[in-house]
Amino acid sequence: MRVTQGTFSFLPDFTDQQIHEQVQYCIDNGWAVSIEYTDDPHPRNTYWEMWGHPMFDNPDAAAVVYELNECRKVYGSYYIRIIAFDSSPGWESIRLSFIVNRPSEEPGFKLSRTEVKGRNIQYSITPYSSDKPQGSRYK
Amino acid sequence: MPDGNKKLDAKARYSAGVLEYKKMGYWEPDYLPKDTDVIALFRITPQDGVDPIEAAAAVAGESSTATWTVVWTDRLTACEKYRAKAYRVDPTPNNPNEYFAYIAYELDLFEPGSIANLTASIIGNVFGFKPLKALRLEDMRLPVAYVKTFQGPATGIVVERERLNCYGRPLLGATVKPKLGLSGRNYGRVVYEALKGGLDFTKDDENINSQPFMHWRDRFLYCMEAVNRASAATGEVKGTYLNVTAGTMEEMYKRAEFAKELGSVIIMIDLVIGYTAIQSMAKWARDNDMILHLHRAGHGTYTRQKTHGVSFRVIAKWMRLAGVDHIHAGTVVGKLEGDPATTKGYYDICREEQNSVSLETGVFFDQDWASLNKVMPVASGGIHAGQMHQLIHYLGEDVVLQFGGGTIGHPQGIAAGATANRVALEAMVYARNAGRDYLAEGPTILAEAAKTCTPLREALDIWKDVTFDYASTDAPDFVPTTSVS
Repeated sequence: MRVTQGTFSFLPDFTDQQIHEQVQYCIDNGWAVSIEYTDDPHPRNTYWEMWGHPMFDNPDAAAVVYELNECRKVYGSYYIRIIAFDSSPGWESIRLSFIVNRPSEEPGFKLSRTEVKGRNIQYSITPYSSDKPQGSRYK
Repeated sequence: MPDGNKKLDAKARYSAGVLEYKKMGYWEPDYLPKDTDVIALFRITPQDGVDPIEAAAAVAGESSTATWTVVWTDRLTACEKYRAKAYRVDPTPNNPNEYFAYIAYELDLFEPGSIANLTASIIGNVFGFKPLKALRLEDMRLPVAYVKTFQGPATGIVVERERLNCYGRPLLGATVKPKLGLSGRNYGRVVYEALKGGLDFTKDDENINSQPFMHWRDRFLYCMEAVNRASAATGEVKGTYLNVTAGTMEEMYKRAEFAKELGSVIIMIDLVIGYTAIQSMAKWARDNDMILHLHRAGHGTYTRQKTHGVSFRVIAKWMRLAGVDHIHAGTVVGKLEGDPATTKGYYDICREEQNSVSLETGVFFDQDWASLNKVMPVASGGIHAGQMHQLIHYLGEDVVLQFGGGTIGHPQGIAAGATANRVALEAMVYARNAGRDYLAEGPTILAEAAKTCTPLREALDIWKDVTFDYASTDAPDFVPTTSVS
């Protein structure tokens, strides 16, 4: 399967040039761009690890692409995403978030059902890879 | 000012009998509205021979303190304060028999935090008043002091996006079709396929409640099976608007509680449940971390005709106060009424921190929303993937695009229809961000994306000629009178 979180997961994976274009769009809007990585793609895993702080005051997308490739050297088998933060009043949150690196194999998620009273079912979703400890989940 | 419009001294004013409204103090051309006044703009069509200023004063009177004759008990109150004041009457630019009347209302006329109370005055008895042929509430300015007495949207656009982990693009939805008749099991199939294929949301239709062919608990159970399956299949947060509309508040709360128990992120109500019920459900939604979707069922009965009723821009303002998170606000290009400029006005009311006067989009007042959350507009009705560039151009990024037929009617099936819409959307946002003139190049951008997405190719082929190009019945009147439809 393919984890389709993020703004562009239904498009073919981006080249670095395409990533550069999207990052420059964010920077030109005044947003701070950040790189985050994880080996736990659960849909509600909010806090991926930060590859440094959001790059405030950085005018050039090339610096982000450089950092992304540094991150890939260490976490090339992880999910890596680019996130743009907008500090404007009334927003103060993320404006764009897209996956720029993913494991070569994505085993997907297990859906567990617990039958509770009546016909109710309680669902829980677990990445198949999370059976392994953090750091050894993807090759 | 002609003598006939002058105010009277106290003795003449309060002698028993009948007086013209404009002489009773409801017409004050020199009045400067206070920052704390509620201001209403009405389009009035007086009966033949009725002076427009008297008609405006009558509207002010009948929507505030007046009755048809002089009453001495006025003098026991600070009656001048409580009288609404018509202070400006302009002929409309395009219709010689219609006038724009501006009326200011003292804040103390209204109960804090109650749309029911506000509307009982502003659109109460006055709409049946005989000296008027027709009356339409065009717009309102709600003072910050009053705005702050309302909860506002339970969740708001920003937190909704945070909860869904979805940023940078419009959300995608679809209404399950056929809207009536599916069993719970079959209904959930549509939900599963659509969400798995790439939509963020599916939706109950306004009249899906609890009928013989599908009772509400069955629908909720099958839909949540579908939502969770789709979430596991994609790694995304998914939702389906479970419509909790019912005959009583008790029943609505019961259904909403069950939706919460099952883990739904969103519930839905219809506008026809009424303002107080909407406010109650908004409060419930805030207390229970639930996104609240509002379907505007019924609004067309009073919003569509230009001379009589209430403009939808006013309904949008009331609903932002009342506290819904989603509201259907038009598509511009789809099958339902929606002049582009007027629709932009509605969207601005839902989404901006502050609205500025913009006569070309029908916004007559500056409006400060005082940090009330923003409402996510929903575009639904006769839209398809081939219009993606126009939809993003007209409606922007913070909107739910709902392709019902445009998903479920896809020749390769529901999931393929959903994928077509998602790919079209992402391709268009990508092109926009990359600096392309996506409106002009839209068809090219879609054709390029379709090269690697067969479902999109098929969607573009099958719906390429579908447009709904009819004259609008509700375009704004303003000067200069350029054509906007």
